[in-house]
Amino acid sequence: MTSLLGHPAGGEGIGYSFSQPTAAPVKQHGFYPYTDNGGSTLGITGSDFAILAGDTRSTSGYNINSRMVPKVFKIGGDDETGEGAHIVLSVVGFAADGNALKERLDAVVKMYKYQHGKPMSVSACAQRLSTILYQKRFFPYYVTAILSGLDEEGKGALYSYDPVGSYEREQCRAAGAAASLIMPFLDNQVNFKNQYIPGSGEGHALEQKKAEPLPQATVEQLVRDAFTSAVERHIEVGDHLQMMIITRDGIQEVFHPLKKD
Amino acid sequence: MDHFPGTWGRPRNDVYGAYDPTYLQTTGPKTHTSSPAVTGTSVIGVKFNGGVVLATDNLASYGSLARFTDVKRLRVFGDNAVVGFGGDVSDMQYIDRLLESIDIRENYSTHGNMLNAKNLHTYLAKVFYKRRSEFNPLWNHVLVAGFDVDGKPFLSSADLLGTTFSAPHLATGFGAHLAVPILRRRFPEEMPIEEITREEAVSALKDCLKVLFYRDARSIDKYSIAVITKEGIDLKEDEQIEGQSWAFAERIRGYGRQTN
Repeated sequence: MTSLLGHPAGGEGIGYSFSQPTAAPVKQHGFYPYTDNGGSTLGITGSDFAILAGDTRSTSGYNINSRMVPKVFKIGGDDETGEGAHIVLSVVGFAADGNALKERLDAVVKMYKYQHGKPMSVSACAQRLSTILYQKRFFPYYVTAILSGLDEEGKGALYSYDPVGSYEREQCRAAGAAASLIMPFLDNQVNFKNQYIPGSGEGHALEQKKAEPLPQATVEQLVRDAFTSAVERHIEVGDHLQMMIITRDGIQEVFHPLKKD
Repeated sequence: MDHFPGTWGRPRNDVYGAYDPTYLQTTGPKTHTSSPAVTGTSVIGVKFNGGVVLATDNLASYGSLARFTDVKRLRVFGDNAVVGFGGDVSDMQYIDRLLESIDIRENYSTHGNMLNAKNLHTYLAKVFYKRRSEFNPLWNHVLVAGFDVDGKPFLSSADLLGTTFSAPHLATGFGAHLAVPILRRRFPEEMPIEEITREEAVSALKDCLKVLFYRDARSIDKYSIAVITKEGIDLKEDEQIEGQSWAFAERIRGYGRQTN
């Protein structure tokens, strides 16, 4: 039997349309918990140093939130200034997640020192960071992280991550908004990709130029060049360049101006 | 005779069907704010030599309806910190209650309320971040003004996602588009805040509020302004935008009654 309203009547008599148990579809959240705050980071290592750099612009859409929001942090330092730290972390992507991640890792490295009575090694910190990221595999920290310091032999160490914790040690890595602009430049200038030794052979016999660790002054100039070029072509990158230079003497932090347009 | 009083006066079941009790249900899926209801528009703020100024208008809109025209969106915390709220007004009132309970708790401690604007901003940002991580956001964008530990003027922003940033001048919502360019022209970013006087800062904010009133449809010409200095907070909550000039409106063509 069908009621006047065109619905099949349930049980006895005519039914209201709403007497049917209306299986309401599961409501989707209209709230998106992420945003992109732009910016770019870059890390390069040498034989006895490592450099981690990032611009200081914070954006949302076409707006510039602020010209001075650093993305590179000292991890495991003694106080708010990060004095005494030997590990550096850069985070780019969703800034609120980046801050939460930085504070978590900072607490972990400090706790390690209090509990074991020795500073955490960079390789141990790198593994721990991967675990922290993977623990939020199904609600990730929406950031690309780069961790840097000096390894047990005093060589520059650099670990790069994806948002869910995949990581590897590398010589150099660019991340963030202008990663696709900077990384090919690094491939060519740091790992000497597509550079051949002149007169070493014909065709396929032509020999690749071997990559070797670069001196500190060269790397500093490469970082500055990479960012000045990225600023020209990417609107989310600019304002200031923040550089953390890690050597056996400690961490030196320097700022350089970038274009503000 | 029907012996079940609960069914008396009800439409007959045999005609209209059984009553659907799901309308009285209090259980079911938990719902969260997925869009704000009653909202406040821009908050604007500038640092000057020795303090910070913060301003909002006094309107709480319900969609495009100017629903409440006397809502105070600047809230004082402790001796020299002010929070300016944009976004959902009920969430603002919730946060204000939260801050009040902290203020009361702190005042019972030995040294009184020692929390400064920077502490307050860190706390608010963490509340926002926690709630966004629970998919139950507090739908606000706030500016926090006051002083940091070293007694330097402090101005910083926090929003519903937990995003934070700080600058010599800040604005939320429509103000980010209309007020920030005005403020950046008046007080270039390389200009040290020591060169900005209180009077200049206040008059700049008043001009910004005027431009916002001209062009932000969810704004009103009544506003609140708070000047935070070491001496304390000078909060005025019932101000009127002065020196309005609507002469330009006559020259606007292209819609409305005129045809050419």
